[in-house]
Amino acid sequence: MTVPTETVSLDQLVDWLARFRTLVTANQEYLTELDSAIGDADHGANMARGMNAVAEKLATPDAVDSLFKTVGMTLVSSVGGASGPLYGTFFLRIGTSAGPVTTLDAGALSAGLRAGLAGVVARGKAEPGDKTMVDAMAPALDALDAGLAAGEDLASATEAAFTAAQAGRDDTEDLVARKGRASYLGERSAGHIDPGATSTVYLFEALAGALGGLQE
Amino acid sequence: MKKLINAPEAVLADALVGVAAAHPELSVDHENRIIYRGTPTREGKVALISGGGSGHEPLHGGFVGLGMLDAACAGEIFTSPTPDQIQEATKVADSGAGVLHIVKNYTGDVMNFDMAAEFAEAETGVKVASVVINDDVAVEDSTWTAGRRGVGLTVLLEKIVGAAAEEGRDLAAVTALANRVNESGRSMGMALTSCTVPAAGKPTFDLPDDMMEIGVGIHGEPGRHRVPLAPAASIAQQLVEPILADLDFTQGPVIAMLNGMGGSPLIELYLMYGEVAKLLEKAGVTVARNLVGNYITSLDMAGCSVTLLRADDELLTLWDAPVNTSGLRWGV
Repeated sequence: MTVPTETVSLDQLVDWLARFRTLVTANQEYLTELDSAIGDADHGANMARGMNAVAEKLATPDAVDSLFKTVGMTLVSSVGGASGPLYGTFFLRIGTSAGPVTTLDAGALSAGLRAGLAGVVARGKAEPGDKTMVDAMAPALDALDAGLAAGEDLASATEAAFTAAQAGRDDTEDLVARKGRASYLGERSAGHIDPGATSTVYLFEALAGALGGLQE
Repeated sequence: MKKLINAPEAVLADALVGVAAAHPELSVDHENRIIYRGTPTREGKVALISGGGSGHEPLHGGFVGLGMLDAACAGEIFTSPTPDQIQEATKVADSGAGVLHIVKNYTGDVMNFDMAAEFAEAETGVKVASVVINDDVAVEDSTWTAGRRGVGLTVLLEKIVGAAAEEGRDLAAVTALANRVNESGRSMGMALTSCTVPAAGKPTFDLPDDMMEIGVGIHGEPGRHRVPLAPAASIAQQLVEPILADLDFTQGPVIAMLNGMGGSPLIELYLMYGEVAKLLEKAGVTVARNLVGNYITSLDMAGCSVTLLRADDELLTLWDAPVNTSGLRWGV
């Protein structure tokens, strides 16, 4: 099955963000609970506040770059903490990578997400294995690219990305945090799932849903 | 959760209304959540801007005024302020002599101040320097962590560097002094109880009645060790020893702070200071100046922290210089 001409529309990208908001707000207390164990108990409230602010600005974007610039700057200016600059930089870089287009093909989507990950790594100086959102995002993008390379459609490839993000999140449980506030706990940070990796799973669950995956 | 609040999401906005009502000598920008001095930065004076998550009062808004900060950016509780807030404060407070950002070493604070400095320099050409405070000996400083946290030393640094800026020193000199103070101070904190973040509605961590956390930060993040509750003399020892092991404080005068975390009464803080002073004397440390009270708090957490700063004549003179803020006031 090859669908080389498959593209992602602006509506689908807006749907991605709307679904991400729904997942973040629905799981706000869970994210805060995870953050209470190894952080400072604000990840859920901060992400919900940020995505609610984004939702107010999603009306009718005219291009992919302006859409993600708005999303990124809104998160940067409304979330605070580390999540604001990190998720903000992620979306800003997707916009810069995509440019003033109205659709993304699979390659451009992957390139945008890769640029977003590179921005997160540069801003947060985190490497895989540091017990951060990178531990969910990096394997998700690897799975997405592997799926696309194998000729899967976007629905299947993003589902695979979601599955890989979940596995990456689960693997953070045994890790000792080396970045972010959880790193202050040293060995005591092991035994807890990372809240940032958990919100990143929602990002890929939302993407798969918006691109037609995760149908029962 | 029993708190003097209207609604968890309105705590910061409502508190800033109170700050404005209590301190007409300050100017509060409610939209951007910035506390300024009532008068613009004097021409030629380097502006000092700090900020961070709220919940540490009087830090930082309580230290805005003559001899300390020019502006303080208030983030949500325990959450860094955002780049646009910091950028606005930077733009407004700059008199043309440049701005020093005083940042506590937390991942979010560092990232948000970095982005703000990038945006401000690109858009308005204001000169921005920064100092990142990392004085907490409870955290192992290595490339494998986010580094030591910025805690109690922040108060002493804002006072001393504020006095230097007031003297008219330029941005390079003020920044160099800030870095020298940061390298010369160390802190260690402990908690008897957790704190309760209003948005979370329950204590951040569970701490049994017979246990305490040694090495806590100022955000209710659990510490490095959980140990049985002990008498004050032993707690003082557990705070002072790691500080003295980390840096030699016997070569000159020292400024000492016994800081309350917000939920311990002053009588206990003085009791603790007595224990700390005894230990310091025994260790050959000469305390030239001291501060006892709630200066950098963690909401309603019970507990305290100890900060020591190696001083010299220059630092003591700057320490003694007039300061007129709601949180620290002398010589005026």
